[in-house]
Amino acid sequence: MPRNDEEVPSSGRETMVTATASEPLLAIDDLHVRFSTRSGTVEAVRGVSLSVAAGETLGIVGESGSGKSVTAFAITRLLDAAGRISQGSIRFKGQDISKASSKQLRSLHGAAISMIFQNPRGALNPIRSVGRQIADAIMAHEPISASEGRARALDLLKAVLIRDPEKRLDAYPHELSGGMCQRVMIAMAIACEPALLIADEPTTGLDVTTQKTVMDLVARITAERGMAMILITHDLGLASRYCQRAVVMERGQVVEQAAPATLFSAPQHPYTKRLVAASPTATSTIADLAPEGASAVPAVELFRPKPAPGTPLLLEVQKLVKRYDGGVTAVDDVSFSIAAGESLGLVGESGSGKSTISRMICRLIDPSEGEILFDGRAIGSLPARDFHRSEFRRDIQIVFQDPTDSLNPRFNAFDCIAHPLRRLLGMKNGSALTGRVSECAERAGLPSELLERLPHQLSGGQKARVGIARAIACRPRLLVLDEPTAALDVSVQAVILQLLDRLRREDGLALLFVSHDLNVVRMMCERTVVLQNGRVVEQGESRTLFSAPATAYARELLDAVLHLGGPTARMPEPA
Amino acid sequence: MSQLSITAKRAGWRFASSLPALFGVLVFTFLLMRVLPGDPAVFFASGPTAGKEEIETIRKQMGLDKPVPEQLLRYLGDIGTGNLGRSLTTGQPVLSDLKSRLPASLELTFSALLIALVTAVPLGVAAALKQGSGIDHIVRFICALGVCVPTFVSGLLLIYVFYYLLGFAPDPTGRVDIFTSPPPLVTGFLLIDFALAGDWEGWRAAASQLVLPAFTMALFVVAPLARITRAAMLASLGSDFLRTARSLGLSRRKVIVTYALRNALLPVLTIAGIVFSTMLGANVLVEKVFSWPGVASYALDALLSSDYAPVQGFVLLMASIFVLVNLTVDVLYGIADPRVSVE
Repeated sequence: MPRNDEEVPSSGRETMVTATASEPLLAIDDLHVRFSTRSGTVEAVRGVSLSVAAGETLGIVGESGSGKSVTAFAITRLLDAAGRISQGSIRFKGQDISKASSKQLRSLHGAAISMIFQNPRGALNPIRSVGRQIADAIMAHEPISASEGRARALDLLKAVLIRDPEKRLDAYPHELSGGMCQRVMIAMAIACEPALLIADEPTTGLDVTTQKTVMDLVARITAERGMAMILITHDLGLASRYCQRAVVMERGQVVEQAAPATLFSAPQHPYTKRLVAASPTATSTIADLAPEGASAVPAVELFRPKPAPGTPLLLEVQKLVKRYDGGVTAVDDVSFSIAAGESLGLVGESGSGKSTISRMICRLIDPSEGEILFDGRAIGSLPARDFHRSEFRRDIQIVFQDPTDSLNPRFNAFDCIAHPLRRLLGMKNGSALTGRVSECAERAGLPSELLERLPHQLSGGQKARVGIARAIACRPRLLVLDEPTAALDVSVQAVILQLLDRLRREDGLALLFVSHDLNVVRMMCERTVVLQNGRVVEQGESRTLFSAPATAYARELLDAVLHLGGPTARMPEPA
Repeated sequence: MSQLSITAKRAGWRFASSLPALFGVLVFTFLLMRVLPGDPAVFFASGPTAGKEEIETIRKQMGLDKPVPEQLLRYLGDIGTGNLGRSLTTGQPVLSDLKSRLPASLELTFSALLIALVTAVPLGVAAALKQGSGIDHIVRFICALGVCVPTFVSGLLLIYVFYYLLGFAPDPTGRVDIFTSPPPLVTGFLLIDFALAGDWEGWRAAASQLVLPAFTMALFVVAPLARITRAAMLASLGSDFLRTARSLGLSRRKVIVTYALRNALLPVLTIAGIVFSTMLGANVLVEKVFSWPGVASYALDALLSSDYAPVQGFVLLMASIFVLVNLTVDVLYGIADPRVSVE
């Protein structure tokens, strides 16, 4: 990789503007970032070197804790107070900015380097209208009047393709959707035409279709204006589609870098290989995700004995409706069924009602209309408040989305798993309970020595295992999984998915799998229900639905999924 | 435009929903006064030698011989017509007593709140900006001191130092010294009335009387205000949108004042409303120490002499002020935070 090691005098702005042609726009050399924590110093970035040419899009991929975001914040010097650059240099247009004063940094921020963040709504000031926030960004670097600022803000809103830009100018962030907030953030970031844009997980948490439109927009804008971009993401599909070059980071170090096509089709480093294998693709199966675990899972189709005629379906949902006060209909006339041991996927974008449906089936909230039949018996009319006393409570268990927030922080793993056994089965402390808990933990792949630990002492994947062990403790017949892997890294997700699939095969457990990740649903579920605005758009065998969707909406959803090795976004050469 | 109408609607709804609470306060105080020991008729008889008949006559006069429910109904009826009864200690209608004394209390409380806010917010901001530094510790010390020293102690201390030792302050008795003639009554707030009359000599006299009691009260509430400012400021300094503001190169002033402080002031506003209401009630000690002719000391005197009407009138007044303050905070909050009016 080309690097100019000449000493460049760092005096004033002239040197920054007149960079030599051979010099990359940004050159990071041997960067180390340390965080001082209560338990000593942690080195989050350990000797990272990389460079970005003008107009180039560089992807930095890696899992949580790999140091990719810390690298980005070190470039812009926006690290937490506890973090500092302990070694190395960051040269932007030839000038080392790793030791720049706060005054120098202020003139760089926004004007030369700007950022787009994850969680766009949180990144905007909640009590200032978006028009004024955009104007603030311009006026920080250009001496213009407030009315000019407003006019420029309007132009920028038009540039990021927001609908009704005149109206949105006076809107507050809470009045906009997540995707619109991210567009506003993009407008602010490009307001002063910086040479480098750093996008830190810009689409995490957005719906797949929104993700695609937002990323297309960013790619187009950077290409049109000749801006270089660093795209930081955990999503290999995203990196392979939008980047010209990608860097893989693991535990604070760069392990491999190449063009995404070569990197992801022929990874060299073992970590990259694992990461690529764990990323779900259009054709992968559960067994493909983690090669080590493959032997445990039979790749053959599951043989399930036909139920005796007259046996009712395990779960039947008929014309389910949920209306909230104020006239909002979250779920509108939804019907589907799950046979014993079957797995059904519930997919749709945010606001499609998939979580509401799963909560009604778990009897955590009451439906407004319609019937829920479990084992042929109506459970929809039992009030959610009293359902914990019903005999069906133990048959229907749930695994929640957030593995951290769904565990009591004062319960250790043992108590978390024992809780339903004590409450629902009335088991008392003793060898029976201990045996059952360790059996569940073992089945969920949780080492027994971790049972004494409190949730904050466990990793994300381990907490997810506790949540699963707790859900299977009462030997339920239906397991409802509400985005069970959304908060996990791909390699952890791969293992958890294999675990769930194994449990289903071994116990004949029926799964209702709620997810926005279509690849995961395709692998996990035999049948899939597609929801939009609370209504069923399409449902059928996953195999047919995913290969030949019948409705336009399902096709649109599928097209928005970014696949590894898919086509790279068409990006014109920067002028 | 629509923002305003939503706020107005919310305020109206809030006001309507507080009416039952006001009624409850009314009934509760009425019953409480009847349960408290002490017979007002005995107290107001001409002397300890008063005969049984005389006491009985007074009792009849006061309507105390009627059953309690009837007394309550009559009381409610009186309030409906704006008659709060007559104080037996001052011999004046309670309404006019309260009217003449309320401005004194309000002037004191408002000044104290202003002093407290002007001190507490900068202290809290400074403590948050330099977290863990010397200034942070000093602010913490001041706050601890303000909370632990009772108002009558700090009031007496201030009098001792500034009146007795240094002689800076005038003698701590009342709102103006006896040599100053009071201004024509317009609002009842001396500072405003003197200013309206253009009597700056008098204004200075009133202000110098006000300083010590106002500081005494302010000292007491600086602590909660400074602590909440510090906490809210820390929260907004660590927020994502502040990081965004920095990443765009906004000036330090803009980052701290427009982005951080404005967001941090929202919880301060809520606490200021609560603090104001507590101050009005907690006034009584300060008013006593400084012989301030306010409503709280008036109510205390009445309570000690089993004079029902002024105490009931005072409680009703406090409850109404509480409702009004909450309403004001609500409206201000609705204006300051666009997210509130969503529902």
